[in-house]
Amino acid sequence: MQAFPMLSRMFEATLASLGAITMLVGETFSSIARGRIRVGLTVRQVAEIGFGSQLVVVVTGAFTGAVFTAQAYFQFSNLNMETAVGPVVALSMFRELGPVLTGLMVAGRVGAAMSAEIGTMKVTQQIDALRALAVSPVDYLVVPRTLAMLVSMPLLVVECVGLGILGSYYVGVEVLNIPGVYFLANIQKFSEASDIVMSLVKGFVFGGLIVFISCREGLRAKDGAVGVGRATTATVVTCSLAILIANFFLTMALNIIFPAGQW
Amino acid sequence: MVNDPLIRVRDLVQHIGGQAILRGLDLDLFPGETLVLLGKSGGGKSVFLRHLIGLMRPISGSIVFEGQEITGLKERELEPMRRKIGMLFQDGALFDSMNVFHNVAFPLRERGESDPDVVREKVARSLAMVNMTGHDHKMPVNLSGGMRKRVALARAIISPPDVILYDEPTAGLDPIVSDSINRLIRRLQRELNATSLVVTHDMTSCNHIADRVALLHEGKIYFLGTPHELRASHDPVIRDFVHGRSGETVY
Ligand SMILES: Nc1ncnc2c1ncn2[C@@H]1O[C@H](COP(=O)(O)OP(=O)(O)O)[C@@H](O)[C@H]1O
Ligand SMILES: [Mg+2]
Repeated sequence: MQAFPMLSRMFEATLASLGAITMLVGETFSSIARGRIRVGLTVRQVAEIGFGSQLVVVVTGAFTGAVFTAQAYFQFSNLNMETAVGPVVALSMFRELGPVLTGLMVAGRVGAAMSAEIGTMKVTQQIDALRALAVSPVDYLVVPRTLAMLVSMPLLVVECVGLGILGSYYVGVEVLNIPGVYFLANIQKFSEASDIVMSLVKGFVFGGLIVFISCREGLRAKDGAVGVGRATTATVVTCSLAILIANFFLTMALNIIFPAGQW
Repeated sequence: MVNDPLIRVRDLVQHIGGQAILRGLDLDLFPGETLVLLGKSGGGKSVFLRHLIGLMRPISGSIVFEGQEITGLKERELEPMRRKIGMLFQDGALFDSMNVFHNVAFPLRERGESDPDVVREKVARSLAMVNMTGHDHKMPVNLSGGMRKRVALARAIISPPDVILYDEPTAGLDPIVSDSINRLIRRLQRELNATSLVVTHDMTSCNHIADRVALLHEGKIYFLGTPHELRASHDPVIRDFVHGRSGETVY
């Protein structure tokens, strides 16, 4: 019986968060629809997100591709199927690993920074100062970040996948001596436009999750530095869980539209 | 009074964390006057100011600005009213990612002024008014509390508002700068015909600038009158406050 009040409180809290995030999403898109877009701030955010994420995306993509290739090779070489390593790695990168790992990395790198910045503005009354100057915090802070994230995330995912395939090629062909021609030919043969589309769609959705969760956590921060820390942690945890859960449902849904394994 | 009040507050009630902060506060602010609001620290003066521009919503009560009830308005609907009111926050609330120049230029740019020469000239004039010329490129973290407050004041008055709310404008300033801020408040009232509500602890400042004085005590307006009436009062609560005998921080 003790568990019930706690569970129901958690359930209520989750519903309340979902409600608040939905409202933020609504407000943001209504601002965008009304053209309340600050181009300069948006460009600055694209730069921030894009450049800020290079290191994590490059390293994540390349090393995931590399290690996945090594493991796949160890298994497939027993069956004399070394040349299948390329497409297996490429498809997994496009469909799952690229979007999810990029999402997790960007949540940790960019989402955390966003909620810390907005949270600090909140607890030091800078958000109130914006409002007092008749500037909507949604227009000024959330809209540019949203646009920048929705543009950047798909590109970052593609970059991560590309580097994954490069890492895979290097380990597979240069280190493990899989014939390079077959490796590439098989990747081309088995990857389709739909795999890239799936990457982009997932990147776009994860970008949305990250930006709205981060901004919401920042905007509701309170109680000074401790509160900002709490908001930042909550952002990373919530974004990560949301990405993993959303990824499952996206895979199921997108699989109906773009069935995998037709080869 | 001949005029209608510019801001009319009736029976304003606010509780925070189970504590009654405002308990039925009534106050009128008339066009062109400077009203000084005194009160113990922690008494709810800043909370009250936040209600006037819709940053907080009261539990009950009414705030009418230029004939319009604002307590029920949505965030976007408050914007026209906020454009007419300048607010100086107690600790400045400068944007800490921008230098002094960009902080002061912010309201101009947000209102669509894009000519860099005009912006530069107006910012320079505004900074000169608060004796902050030559600090344009400093970041807020590198300013003292008093300097921060003066920059915030420059930001609040750069596109001249009809009403200016000052939250302790002279707290933490040296007497000379305090005096220049007092003169500035007077001057803004004279030149822009601005209506001012000034929260302060500073009795010198109060005597210098006030047309009327209100004392906030236990969530209500306890006294309302001229500075002269305030000084002449024999009420113990008022006397303690005026003579700084209530354990109150006097700056
Ligand atoms: N955001 C808040 N959360 C909790 N308590 C608050 C908040 N803002 C103000 N208070 C409380 O309300 C009371 C009045 O505060 P304030 O208006 O800042 O006083 P002052 O008259 O010194 O400006 C204080 O007890 C303060 O602790
Ligand atoms: Mg205060």
